[in-house]
Order: sequence, then C-alpha cells, then structure tokens
Amino acid sequence: MSEEGTRVSRRKLFGLAGAGVALAGAGAAAGVGIDRMGGGSTAQAAVTTVDFHGEHQAGIVTPTQQNLHFAAFDVTTTDVGELRQLLRTWTSAARRMTAGQEVVPNGAVGGAAEAPPGDTGEALDLPASDLTLTIGFGPSLFDDRFGLASKRPAQLIDLPLFPKDKLDPARTGGDLCIQACANDPQVAVHAVRNLARLGFGVTEVRWSQLGFGRSSSTSREQATPRNLFGFKDGTNNIKSEDTDFLRDEVWAVAGDGQAWMAGGSYLVARRIQMHIETWDREPLEGQEQIIGRTKGSGAPLGQTAEFDDVDLGVRGAGGVPLIADDAHIRLASHQTLKGTRILRRGYNFVDGSDGVGHLEAGLFFLAFNRDTRKQYVPMQQALSSKDAMMEYVQHTGSAHFAVPPGLTPTSSWGDGLFA
Amino acid sequence: MPLSPRTPLAVLAGVGALVALSACDSTDSASGGSGAAGAIKVEASDSTCAVAANTANAGNVTFEITNKGTKVTEFYLYAEGDRIMGEVENIAPGLNRRLIVEVPEAGKYQTACKPGMVGNGIRGDFTVTGGAQKQTDTNAQKAEATKNYATYVANNTAALETETQKFVDLVKAGKVDEAKSEYASTRVYYERIEPVAEKFGDLDPLIDVREADLEPGQQFTGFHRLEKDLWVTGLQPDSSQVADKLLTDVKDLVTKTKTLQLSALDLANGAKGLLDEVATGKITGEEETFSHTDLWDFQANVDGSKGAIASLRPILQERDPALVSTLDKKFANVQSLLDKTRVGDGFKYYNQLSQDEIKAFASAVDALSEPLSKVAEVVSK
Repeated sequence: MSEEGTRVSRRKLFGLAGAGVALAGAGAAAGVGIDRMGGGSTAQAAVTTVDFHGEHQAGIVTPTQQNLHFAAFDVTTTDVGELRQLLRTWTSAARRMTAGQEVVPNGAVGGAAEAPPGDTGEALDLPASDLTLTIGFGPSLFDDRFGLASKRPAQLIDLPLFPKDKLDPARTGGDLCIQACANDPQVAVHAVRNLARLGFGVTEVRWSQLGFGRSSSTSREQATPRNLFGFKDGTNNIKSEDTDFLRDEVWAVAGDGQAWMAGGSYLVARRIQMHIETWDREPLEGQEQIIGRTKGSGAPLGQTAEFDDVDLGVRGAGGVPLIADDAHIRLASHQTLKGTRILRRGYNFVDGSDGVGHLEAGLFFLAFNRDTRKQYVPMQQALSSKDAMMEYVQHTGSAHFAVPPGLTPTSSWGDGLFA
Repeated sequence: MPLSPRTPLAVLAGVGALVALSACDSTDSASGGSGAAGAIKVEASDSTCAVAANTANAGNVTFEITNKGTKVTEFYLYAEGDRIMGEVENIAPGLNRRLIVEVPEAGKYQTACKPGMVGNGIRGDFTVTGGAQKQTDTNAQKAEATKNYATYVANNTAALETETQKFVDLVKAGKVDEAKSEYASTRVYYERIEPVAEKFGDLDPLIDVREADLEPGQQFTGFHRLEKDLWVTGLQPDSSQVADKLLTDVKDLVTKTKTLQLSALDLANGAKGLLDEVATGKITGEEETFSHTDLWDFQANVDGSKGAIASLRPILQERDPALVSTLDKKFANVQSLLDKTRVGDGFKYYNQLSQDEIKAFASAVDALSEPLSKVAEVVSK
C-alpha cells in the first residue's frame, strides 16, 4: 500500500501542477480521479467526472452522454453469498472507474508480471469521460433461487408481448443489467468488460448493446438530438429540471410497495430496429406526417418552433387534423395518455449490416418510470397498435429492471435488496 | 399486414397542411413566422370574436387566438360554402392557441369563433388577396392514368371475390389439401391491389392481419387465421365461421373499391408501397409464417406495382424517359430472379430459399425501389 500511495500522490502532484488554477475549485473529486491518467491532462479528469454517490443512481437524470454500453447478465451461481459478494466487488470497481481510476490500484501495468493484469488497460490515459454505471435487477432475479420473491416489487412485471414485437430471446431479459454511459465509447466498453470479467463464475453476459449519438436529452442544457430517421427525438421528454415530474413519474417511494426501492426507478430497455431503407424512400411530407413534427426545426405540425406546445386540436383544410390520428407524437403525448410521462434515455445503434445489404440499425430505447404498469405499458400498447411509425420499426429486444436508489460512499449495490 | 401503403393515404390527406408548414420553416416567416410577427390576433369571448385584421395575403395565414370568455371555444377559417380551411378546437378559457392556415387562393372567406363549441359561431368576413392558381389534378393524362388503373383494380377485385368464394367453400367442406393449394393463388389478387385495400383501414386488418401483429383484444381473422388452421393447428370448430366472415369482408371491400376516387399520386405511392411490402414482409418471410408461400405474394406485389406504373407510363415517358427505362430494367431484373424460383405453377417455399437467394432478392428490390420512390415527384409536378 505504501508504494501505491507514493505513486498516486506523485501523479497527483504532476497533474495539479500542470492544470494550475483551473483545478483549484475541483477539490477532492479531482484528487481521486486521476490514477488512470498520465500527467498533463488531469484537468479533463476533474471536469468529466459524475458523482457515483447520491440519493439516486447516476445515469438516470445525468445529462445524457454520447455513448452507451448496456449489458444484461444472467446469474449462474445459486449461492446467494457469492452473488452478494459480487455486487460488493462490482460496487467498488464501479466507484473507482466512474472516478477515472483503474478497476483496482495498479491494475493494468503495476501488478505482478506473472499474473494477468487486474485492469484490462484500454482506458489508461483516458479521462473518466462522465462515465456513469447504473445497475438494475430483472424480474427473473426474484424467482426461487435467492429467496428474493417477497422483495419483488409489484411494478417489476414481466413485460407483455406488444403487437408487432419480434423479440429475439438472445436480446431479451436478464437477471441484472449494467448501463454504462460515457462520452468516450472506449471508457463505456472498458467498464462493462471489466465488470463482466469480475463476474465470471457468478454471472455471465446474456446480451449487450452498444449505442452512440444519444437520441434523447435529459436536460434543457442539451440540444435535442436526432434519431436515425433524421428527426429530433424526445422533445417532450421529462428533463432533469422538471423536479415535479421526476418526483411524480420517475422516482419510486417507500409507499409504492417495496421500501428498498425508495429513490429508485424502473428501467425499460427495448431494442428497436428501424427499416432505414424503406424510411429513406418515404417522401418528406410522409415522414413528417408519421412523426407529427417538421424534420427541419422539429416544430410540431401546426406550430413554428421546436418547443412550441404540441396542439393536437389544430385542423387543416376540410377539418383534417394536422397531427394525424396515427402520428407518433399524438399517440406518445401526455395529452393522449391521460397525463402519463416517462423519462427517456436512448441511443442510436448500428450493428453493421443484416446480411442482405441493409443496415442493422435502430434505436436502443431506455426509459425510466415510477410504475411501468401505468406508464410505459399503456404508452407502448397505444404505439404498437396505432402508430404509423410502426410500419418502419420493429422491436427486437426487450427487458425490464428495478433500478435501486443511489449509494453512500460506504454502501453497496444490493444492500437494500438483501437487507 | 399493411406496411407503408397506409402512409400514402395519410400523406395525401395532409398534403396541403404540410406544404404550408415547410413553407413556413424556410421562406414564409413574414406571415407564418414564430411568435406574433405577422400573426393576426383573435380575441374570443362568450359573445364576441374580435379578429385584429380582416384581410391577408395568400399563403400561410397565422391566427393567434386568446379565449377571454368563460366557455371553451373553437376558431375556424371557412372558404365559401363553409368549406373548412383550418380550425383549432378546445381552447379553454384563458388559453392562447395558434392556427396556421394555408390559403393558396384569393377570395372571400369567413372567420368564426364558437363559444361552447356549438352552432354556427360568431362570423366575420375575411378577404384574401393575391395568391397562386390552385393546383388541380384535372390534367387529361392523369385522368386517363387513374381510369386505366381503376380498370386494373376492378379486374383484380372481381377475381379476388371469385377465388375467395372457392377457397372458403373448400375450407368449409373440410378439404384441407385442396384449400391449401387454393390459398396462395387466391391471395395473389389481394396482394396486387393491397395499397387500395389498405385505404379501408377497418377492412384490411380483418382480411389480412398477421397473428404476430394482433392488438390486445383483436380477434385473429382473415386469410392468415385460415392459413394457420390449414397448415398448423388443423381446422378449428370456428374455421367455417372465420371463412364466412372472410368472404363477407372481401365482398364488402370489392363494393367499396368501386366508389374509390384515386389520383395519379395515389398510383405512384401505391407502386412504391407494394415494393416496400416486399422489402419488409416478403424478403423476411414474415407474411406467410405458416404456409411459406411468400413468393406468391412477392410476385403479386411486383405485378401490382407494375400495373400502377403501366397506367402512369405515358406521363412518365413524357416527363422523365430515363426513369422509365431504369424502371423497366429493374422490374425485369426482379422478375428474372423470381422466375428462377418457379416450381410448376407456383414458386419455391420461403423456407427453401438459400441465404444467397434472399440476398439477391433484397438487393434487386432495393435497386427497383429507389427509382420507384422518384415516381411520385415526377407525377406531382
């Protein structure tokens, strides 16, 4: 330990000297955030760290980062002690990696030459890149293996099969999930890879998904991005500034049924394949009709600017609604859904091509809500039955997770669940 | 199940509105721009409707309506004969709402507030000046095209009714093998005119829904239900009933198509839509999950697309001869691939296709669909 302490502090000194006054206010967060960094670029590490601790897990209302690596795991052990221990190990690794550190001290190159390194090393020299790691527990974790049946929240339903779903079992379900978001894809991949590695023997990866080009914004400070259809997406999403909506529609409370979930949320993950080629042959006006917004500014049809209130009652010539009855934004709107809203994170994905010359591409949809039964499910029922956009998309993967509340510097994932 | 052809219908309904909006985004900020610039204020109360201006230039006219009354109200702009140009409903007391109306022609119009959302409303005269000639589809070539295509549709719907009758009789007589061999050849007539059938949003799902696409509470009826009975589960106690219902729905469809008014743009979008059906449903083998007779549908979709293009041919030939020769070449290419999979009067089953064959189909369909997607623009000029 003493040798390690020396190394770290020497690097700290190095970095701080280089970064100068810019770092003065960054304080302790910066101090712990640099053991993965070479000298010189420490200032970046200081400003690209998202606090791992808090009332809620990071990665939900955190401003959406550019890249995603999402992984769902099956628990392969039946020994509940091994599972608990892994969750503690994962917590400690996550705490370090989100601070820009290696998985373990002296991980990549500082350990014994005779042993495989404790950190895989591909994130060396890279800043924390706003990495967030968020854990979730799937419905299947609450079966009879670990005695957790009584801890299963009623909200954590097995999602129903929605019309037009074409779910691939190899992209569906999972006992656990890790959502890794970062502004550098290498950092997100590094995190999931190392957690998977720590989990061998206890868990195995069931499926995973890479995403890029965040297709949602969770803060008004972020411009609304575009999805692979070329449209601004998620304009009406709940933002981190909407504290009332977050309280009412996103965060679980003890009174919702399971006290251990207070401060947590429910995550719905859906892999939505887009028929890019047929979409691209759809005339512009048809595309805009299907979405219910203009492609340029993102204004709702009948309005002039992106954030103008959606007016579902405006009609054009002959009394025909400007926002069609089967337009995406009408069906997904809180007006149509009796006030229901969700918090959306989502990423575009391109998994190469499909073997017949078409892009294997789409949207990896992530939504957080307080009660999936009352929020996501009715919304998706309405969309998959009526949405004109369903002609151009197909849901190919699906999963649902209970995302527990945030941690203190001394607590671990699973503490509430196993208490 | 309907793929894109549902869209052309929606598109056509909304064309006017969308033209208005895109113009508004780019060039027309003077009359339709954001906020109040150029907007005409309307103050509505329970007994008055104060419109700040009673004239406007043709183009996009924006009204900003404020409800200062106590009743929920609506605001309309009417053309002569009370033809609705635009409306906004459900304006609750105290609320502001905006209405952007595309008014291409000069003329006499009327504004109306409707406190309580009933009655004739509080009317005011409104004059529009300037403006462009109204676009009409009365062009003789286009009229000829739609007339020809209507004949094509009529021939196919007549055959559809006859063949469905035969198919239904076989199902009801419990002649499973004969019903199976009649199944794919019956569907050909439906698949050829599918974009037309899909204009009847209530009938198409009854006739053609896929099991995987059923909505909660929706009954599994129509061709694919009988397909499942014939190929997978065996005939069910209600198979005869489902068969009767199919025939009723098909007859209903045939009657309704006779009154349908199609435009040249419908033909163009339909031709493209049929190929989109192929790309998303047939290339993947999803349409005929139980019988694997997807290639029969594939051929029928291609035939239907060709039928629509044939009707438009004189227009296309005059306006864009290069596009016509490209389409001919690409249609021939798809057809030659289909011909290679012929077996007797029919085709290979989808599950007998190799990955290479599927890929060749996908690529030929893409090569045809791209130029096909240009037809609407040429026709709409």
